[in-house]
Order: sequence, then C-alpha cells, then structure tokens
Amino acid sequence: MTFLSYLISGISLGSVYAIIALGYTMVYGIAKMLNFAHGDVIMIGAYMSFCGTSYMGWSPLMSVVLAIVVCTVLGVTIERLAYKPLRMAPSLAVLITAIGVSYFLQNAALLIWTSNPKSFTSVVGGGAVKLFDGQLSISHVTLVTVLACVVIMVALTLFTTKTKMGTAMRAVSEDKGAAQLMGINVNTTISVTFAIGSGLAAIAGVLLCSAYPTLMPTTGSMPGIKAFTAAVFGGIGSIPGAMLGGILLGVIEIFSKAYISTQLSDAIVFAMLIVVLLVKPDGLLGKHRNEKV
Amino acid sequence: MKKILSMLLAGTMLATALTGCGAGGNSQDAGTNADSAEGDASASAAVFKLGGTGPLTGGAAIYGNAAKNGAQIAVDEINAAGGAVQFELKYEDDEHDAEKAVNAYNALLDWGMQISLGSVTSKPCEATAAETYSDRIFALTPSASSVAVIDGKDNMYQMCFADPNQGTASAQYIFDQKLGTKVAVIYKNDDVYSSGIYDTFKAKAAELGLEIVSTTTFTDASANDFTVQLGEAQKAGADLLFLPMYYQPASLILTQAKSMGYAPKIFGVDGMDGILTLEGFDTTLAEGVMLLTPFNADATDDKTANFVKTYKEKFGETPNQFAADAYDCVYAYVAAIEAAGCTADMSAQDICEKLVEAFPTISFDGLTGEGMTWDATGAVSKSPKGMIINNGAYVGM
Repeated sequence: MTFLSYLISGISLGSVYAIIALGYTMVYGIAKMLNFAHGDVIMIGAYMSFCGTSYMGWSPLMSVVLAIVVCTVLGVTIERLAYKPLRMAPSLAVLITAIGVSYFLQNAALLIWTSNPKSFTSVVGGGAVKLFDGQLSISHVTLVTVLACVVIMVALTLFTTKTKMGTAMRAVSEDKGAAQLMGINVNTTISVTFAIGSGLAAIAGVLLCSAYPTLMPTTGSMPGIKAFTAAVFGGIGSIPGAMLGGILLGVIEIFSKAYISTQLSDAIVFAMLIVVLLVKPDGLLGKHRNEKV
Repeated sequence: MKKILSMLLAGTMLATALTGCGAGGNSQDAGTNADSAEGDASASAAVFKLGGTGPLTGGAAIYGNAAKNGAQIAVDEINAAGGAVQFELKYEDDEHDAEKAVNAYNALLDWGMQISLGSVTSKPCEATAAETYSDRIFALTPSASSVAVIDGKDNMYQMCFADPNQGTASAQYIFDQKLGTKVAVIYKNDDVYSSGIYDTFKAKAAELGLEIVSTTTFTDASANDFTVQLGEAQKAGADLLFLPMYYQPASLILTQAKSMGYAPKIFGVDGMDGILTLEGFDTTLAEGVMLLTPFNADATDDKTANFVKTYKEKFGETPNQFAADAYDCVYAYVAAIEAAGCTADMSAQDICEKLVEAFPTISFDGLTGEGMTWDATGAVSKSPKGMIINNGAYVGM
C-alpha cells in the first residue's frame, strides 16, 4: 500500500513536470529553440490566476482564462521582440536571449508582486478521492493534472498531424526555407507555436501552484529545469515523449527518495538521465534524424 | 505595420517595467524621508554611520525588511532622545545572495560606514563577515546564526543564538517539556542553516536519549513534494516533527501533512517565524506549531509593548524576532560605544579595536533577553523562549 501511495505521489509530481514539458517540447519541436523563459511564463500565469482569485474575487475558472490570455499574449510578444530578430542568428545567441528573457520576467515579477511568497489557493478544490478505506488518497489536483496532461497531449498530437496549421508547423520544423518556398508563412507559424506553448504554460502554472501552493518570482525556474530534463528524457520535440518523460521523472524522483535516500534523490534522477542519453541519445521516444552535411 | 506593432509592444513592456518601479519607489521614498530626518540630527551632533545588508527583496525578504524596520525604530528613538551617541542607518539589499551581499557591503563602505550590522541571513553574512574582518570594521549581526559567521573573527558578533545553540536548545526543550517521545526531522541539506541546526539537534538528542525515528532531507531542487518525507515520519510513528528550516517550505509541509491526515506536533526554529504573515496562507494549518524564539510580541513588559506598538503604527504588522534582534543590536551598540568611549569622529578601524575590547565586558538587557553577555568569540548567551501558535498568534508556552 505504501508502494501505491508513493506511486501516486510520483505520478502527481510527474504530471506537473509533464504538463510543463509539453510546452517546452512543443516550442522546441517546431521552432528548434530552447525557450528557457518557459518556466517564468509559468510563474506569470500562476500570478495572474492568483491576482484573479485573490484580488479581484473572480471564480477560479475565470482566473485561469485570464492567465491563459495574458500568457498567450506575453508569449507572442516575447517571440516578436526577443526571438524574431534573431531568426537568422546562431542558435547560441537565441539561447542566451532566452535566458535574458527569463531574468527579465523574474525581475519584473519581483517589482510588481514583491518577493514575499504568497500561498496559492488551489483552483481545483482541496479534496481527495479515498480508496481502500482511506488508506490511499488521490487528491483532486492530481486527477485534474493527469487528465489535463492526457487531453493536452492528445489535442496537440491531433493538431500537429490533422490540421493545416499543424502540417505547416511540421513543415517549418523540417526545413524553414523549403516551407517558405511552399507558401507557408514561417513567422506566423512560429508565432502560433509560441501562443500555444505559452497558453499551455499558463495552465501548467495554475496546476503547479494548485499542487504545491507556494508562489514567488522564482517559482517557475526549478520546475522549469526539471521539466526541461523530462522533455529531454522523453525525447525533446516528441509530444508523447514529454508526457512519458515527465511522469517517469516524477516517479523516479519519489521512488529514489522513498527507497534509496532522500539525500541522493536529485543525484539519482540525473544519473538516470545520463544513462538514458548514453543508451538512447535522442531520448526515450525521440526521433533520430540524420544530419545532412 | 510590423514596426509599429513592435514599437507598441515595446512601449507596453516599458510601461509595465515603469509601473513596477513606481510601486517599488514607495519604499525608497520612505528611506529618503528617514535619511532626511537623520540629516537634521546630524546637524546638531556627529553621528555614527551604521550600515547593514539584508534581503530586502527575494525569497527571504520578510527577514531583511523586518530587521531593517526594527533597526530603524531603534535609531529613530535614540536620535530623538538626543543622547551623546547618534546614528545614521543605511540598509542595502543583498537578496539573500553572498555575492550580492559583498557588493552591497562595498556600497556601504563607499557611503562611509563606521560600524556594521553584518547581514541578516547566514550565507550572505559569512561573505560580509570575511570582508568586515579584513577591513577591520566591527560587525554585530542581528540574525545570521551559522557558526561560520563568527568563527575565527574577533570583530564579528551575533545577537541571535548560533545554529548549534538552536539545535541544542530545541532538543533540550522538547526533552524537558516532554513534548514528544519519537521525533522525526526533515531538514534542507543544501542549506548551512538547516543542516547546522540538525547536526547539533541530533547530537543533543542522542545525549538526552530523545529518540529520532526518521530523518529525511530535501534541497532547493526538490522543495515541492514532501509526501515521502512525511510518509516516512508517519510510518515510523513519530509524534513530533522537528522542522529546522525557513517558513516557506514549512508551509508546504503543513499543507501536505494535513492532506495526508497526519497530525504530529510540529516544532520549528526561528526560521519558522513569519509563517503567519505569509499572504494567502491558511493560518489554521499552523495552529499548534511550536517554535523556539527569543522574542515574544505578546509579552507585557513595557519595552516590548512599546516596540510592538511603534512597529505596528509605522509598518502595519506585528514585529517578528528579526525586527527585535535588529532593534536590540542598535541599543547594544549604544551600550558598547559608551563603555568603550568611542566618538563619531573616530575611524572605523579605531572604533573596531575599542569595541572588540568593550563588547565581552558589557551586559545588556533587550527585547530578546535579559542580561545578555557575549564571549570573545562573538557568541551571545541568552535563554530562548518556547512559543506556540494559538488562534493565529504567538503565545508563550
């Protein structure tokens, strides 16, 4: 029974990583850039939802909508101002810019909301589903997060494979130049990618803070890094991979804490990552692409 | 069209940034007002320039601001009373970061700091203590409690207990008051404050025969999920949970323990102070949490009552231990400066040598203890008070 309850804790933590990783992998898969500011967009989303419920007295649903709208606009704005001018620049320049954006967002949040941590009120409601005479409890937040994860994963997969815009995205991802020659508007496609990625970030932020209710300007950075790890673990660029990687990372983290040592859990998680990448350099579900010379 | 759009967006971003500055500006205005008040005082008598660094922004800001406010009240009182010793106070932000603390310290040196209040939190204070030691500036930290802060430095003193004392005192207190028989500890093993307290707690518990049934850790990278740590404690049958950490992870532990239906007694240390003012936190979760702190805002003696009243009037909240420690620091300086016979026109180095001689000789009554004394290592000797959170307020046990 303890095994099961640790498994549930692991899935609960992992689903939060997974939902963040979906946004990461989406942007990487299409735009071929690591958006290190993703974790901070998550933080902004959580603050927006917090402001909606705590300061304006809105219903949780309204505040989530607010968070999604603000983050989507923010994501597109960031892309336009910070990344678009660097479309032709080496990827290192874009990476450094992304880190710069991340610091900008953190410090802007510091100015606006100050550094005092805030305790986030869960948008899901605090209850839990009890199984086996209450020996096992699964919180509603976990259920909603896992559900949201699956829905988003399926929706994203369908979107990228079935719709016109999705096809355009895959084309841009394969070869920007060729896509443009085929009449695809590369800039619009990348903007839409960022809009979707950032909207997902808002949902991830709200769910992250509902599960672990503490909110401060650095809230997004550590889960962001873990989620990035999860995305790489599952195969960056692969949508089901992000979900699988996230859940596995959470479960491994909790199990190594529970059965090996709380002191070594981080070391074990990252050792696993190294082993996976040594055996399968593209991650668990990553597609291997031969680089053309 | 795109140019216009990007200009517009840039404008919006700039506006947001400026709004932020506007909000931040208030605190700066307050600082300027205080400065000008002190400026008037300096016209009549020479003043000692007293400087300190602390996290005025960042995750630990609640401590830095409390210390700054507490010290400010003491300085205002002393200057208003118009004695021979007058102060000018300046606090610089270190964001609880050692590197930034050294920069902040250098800014204070440029300003002409003569005596230092060190840094508010441990890691930054270890960095600034090395600087004050090599620059020969006397420092008395209100609240940086790690041993490394004062270790091997003759001119660095502490107003709070050192971490080992907190661990030892907590174990002693739990044992004496028979608060629990099976103790579980969760500590943060990448933080010198938390692990320092744990080490001495463990040693003292072993000596007293207090049984520690579960010890688990977390780090910055894994400070979200505590279900495993709590599960271990519950499985081991712990009836008391000792949490030597700051209040932010503690708030998550309390929330998760409740959702697990696990309700041990919770015992914290001074870092737990602040949990009640965490915005949006359900304070009923902290009901019955015990902590060891030298300061009790509910105490009825005149000194404490006046301090609490002034603090509430000026800053709109109940002062915590950090504010009281900083307040005491300033008054302890007055006592030491008078004992040493320093004057404000002396150089920082001369003041330092005199204070190093004078500090171990004084006995000081403050908000955080009666008859406090210091030994030559810089460690304070005072007795802690046990507190319990009852109906959302601290009550002495």
